[in-house]
Amino acid sequence: MAASSAALSLPKVFRPVLGLGRSGNPAKVWAAAASCRREKSTFVGRIIPPPAKYGGRHTVTLIPGDGIGPELLNHVRELFRFSCVPVDFEVVNVNSSVATEDDIHNAITAIRRNGVALKGNIETNHNMPPSHKSRNNLLRTSLDLFANMMHCQSLPGVQTRHKNIDIIIIRENTEGEYSSLEHESVSGVVESLKIITRYNSLRIADYAFRLAREKGRRRVTAVHKANIMKLADGLFLQCCKEVASGYPDIQFDSMIVDNTTMQLVSKPHQFDVMVMPNLYGNVVSNVCAGLVGGPGLVPGANYGTNYAVFETATRNTGKSIADKNIANPTAMLLASCLMLDHLRLHDYANMIRGAVLTTMNETRLHTADIGGQGTTSEVVQSVMKNIQSGRCKN
Amino acid sequence: MICLKRSAPSRHLWKEGLISSICTLVSRVVGAMKSQASHPRTFSRGLQTVTLIPGDGIGPEISTAVMKIFEAAKAPIQWEERNVTAIKGPGGKWMIPTEAKDSMDKSKIGLKGPLKTPIAAGHPSMNLLLRKTFDLYANVRPCVSIEGYKTPYTDVDLVTIRENTEGEYSGIEHVIVDGVVQSIKLITEEASQRIAEYAFEYARNNQRASVTAVHKANIMRMSDGLFLRKCREVAENFKDIKFTEMYLDTVCLNMVQDPTQFDVLVMPNLYGDILSDLCAGLIGGLGVTPSGNIGANGVAIFESVHGTAPDIAGKDLANPTALLLSAVMMLRHMGLHGQAKKIETACFDTIRDKKVLTKDLGGNSKCSEFTGEICRRVQDME
Repeated sequence: MAASSAALSLPKVFRPVLGLGRSGNPAKVWAAAASCRREKSTFVGRIIPPPAKYGGRHTVTLIPGDGIGPELLNHVRELFRFSCVPVDFEVVNVNSSVATEDDIHNAITAIRRNGVALKGNIETNHNMPPSHKSRNNLLRTSLDLFANMMHCQSLPGVQTRHKNIDIIIIRENTEGEYSSLEHESVSGVVESLKIITRYNSLRIADYAFRLAREKGRRRVTAVHKANIMKLADGLFLQCCKEVASGYPDIQFDSMIVDNTTMQLVSKPHQFDVMVMPNLYGNVVSNVCAGLVGGPGLVPGANYGTNYAVFETATRNTGKSIADKNIANPTAMLLASCLMLDHLRLHDYANMIRGAVLTTMNETRLHTADIGGQGTTSEVVQSVMKNIQSGRCKN
Repeated sequence: MICLKRSAPSRHLWKEGLISSICTLVSRVVGAMKSQASHPRTFSRGLQTVTLIPGDGIGPEISTAVMKIFEAAKAPIQWEERNVTAIKGPGGKWMIPTEAKDSMDKSKIGLKGPLKTPIAAGHPSMNLLLRKTFDLYANVRPCVSIEGYKTPYTDVDLVTIRENTEGEYSGIEHVIVDGVVQSIKLITEEASQRIAEYAFEYARNNQRASVTAVHKANIMRMSDGLFLRKCREVAENFKDIKFTEMYLDTVCLNMVQDPTQFDVLVMPNLYGDILSDLCAGLIGGLGVTPSGNIGANGVAIFESVHGTAPDIAGKDLANPTALLLSAVMMLRHMGLHGQAKKIETACFDTIRDKKVLTKDLGGNSKCSEFTGEICRRVQDME
């Protein structure tokens, strides 16, 4: 890296100041120095993982949320303890029923401190007045988690109408229709603003193309409604086209959102990577999650320049199945694997992921939402058994 | 403060209770009466004029097909063909030709084929123009699985009702500063009330059990909140129909897993656009989906929502099913249920038999052969 060579070329007198002693690895120190400047980094590319704390153990903020969140995250903690994963959780509870925003701001501070979080969905009561904003949205915008990434893959062991789906959905996470800027100009006439900016559109398009290249994907499709919203979605589409011109190895096309949903339910295999603004992302990601088997199977990740938050892709609270031991833990477990990958703990991530997929595809121990009769704890026990046998094999 | 009237609290409450129960009863009776006479000009006798707009591309051939089938079915319809290419009216505003407008205003019912979207013609899209001219506020799309045209989804039977005049498609956009654009989504009390009332009336008239309002009020608290409030208010007057609310993402998620749980869905413009196309995709695409637009003053225009297909225009390869099913919807709207059932059954039987099918349905017959087969079945049913 250019930075490390630059650090090495510094005169000897400065080296101790930067901690570049005889034993210091320049790259690690550069990363540490860079993370100190976390707040000032601009959108450039590589998301820097947080530095490991004492003894190589990471601290991750855990937000249980509501509904099935707490029980699933308890299972994650149990599994991590069982597998000796070097991650400690700092639990921050957010009470969604109170009107003050102190809880969520505490959570945001905790995430700023730790850099990474694993969360359950926080319920939003839509009958409260507009001053009571969605806590999840507040978290995403405060931490500038601009990219929501969801990888929808059909699992061979799960019965669905369509097989072999493999779509990556990248959704702009901070602006668009979710700006929460509304006003009632005259009684009975409400305006809601959808904001699209060039900066955010370029950023999300760049993220999408870089990810496509990293994962060896061939095509990126931008989803929009620029025939009707000519300026807003027109700007988004234009930004995507600009970024596409810088990636000649990746094919770029665009599709209108209503046609996209129609094609998704009839011919989903034509899609590879999709990039879109916030609301269409909400619709398309839920349609795709439904296609591969439901909300209990797909993990989601929210990335910002400095922070990353992992959760289930469809962000359901699951109030009706809470505390009944019937929720599907797959999505949350796979989300925790994504988090481990982000922390560069790839071995642990692959171990847990392999065990979960074995349970889903080979053992076929399924919960009720995918047509089985297993309970959440049975599935988690099966995963632990797979991890143990996998370990013995090594 | 002078207390003007002092009435005993219990009597006051009793009176209030009586008045509200009378109101509910009256609204139910009126509703029931309306459903009997919901088609104020029931056409059991005499011919009814319908304005036919053939459209572009494959429009003319599928319109001819529909006219032939209706003739075979001896439906009491008199067609008045009109062209709706925009002309510039006095004052420079684009409008549809006066003959077309007069014909629609007189007949109140229209059947429309696909219209070409002009790119550089200077005038706005024809569909938009028609919508504005006749204030077509509700777009109704019944999605029923077609036996014989196999899709991964079976037993779909739902109706999407979409508010068609405002919402995200108001077209109000500005560039605030270079690189920042705002698009305004408009929700008004009046439009929300109107669409909710239409949805519940439709549910009642078509023996539907429930109406679900689709929204995103957790994020768009004020706008979708207003829409939801109006739906709840209207639901109070239709106690015989079950009313539920569901988030847009939950509806999408559940729709692709189990579409049988949905009945009538009512929603603002953008969600309606996305969901109605999603549902069309479930039953086989726009080539087999009917659609109707209901306007103020009793105007209703039924249309096929697929494109003009210029590559197969004039080659007798088009599939008239979408326009035919829209025409059947039109007959039901006019109260001619017997004729509607006959033509619909003939169409579905033809598709189910799989002997004479157009190319898009998986066969290799011509449009005229397909039409001929349906006509034959209709006549056999006499």
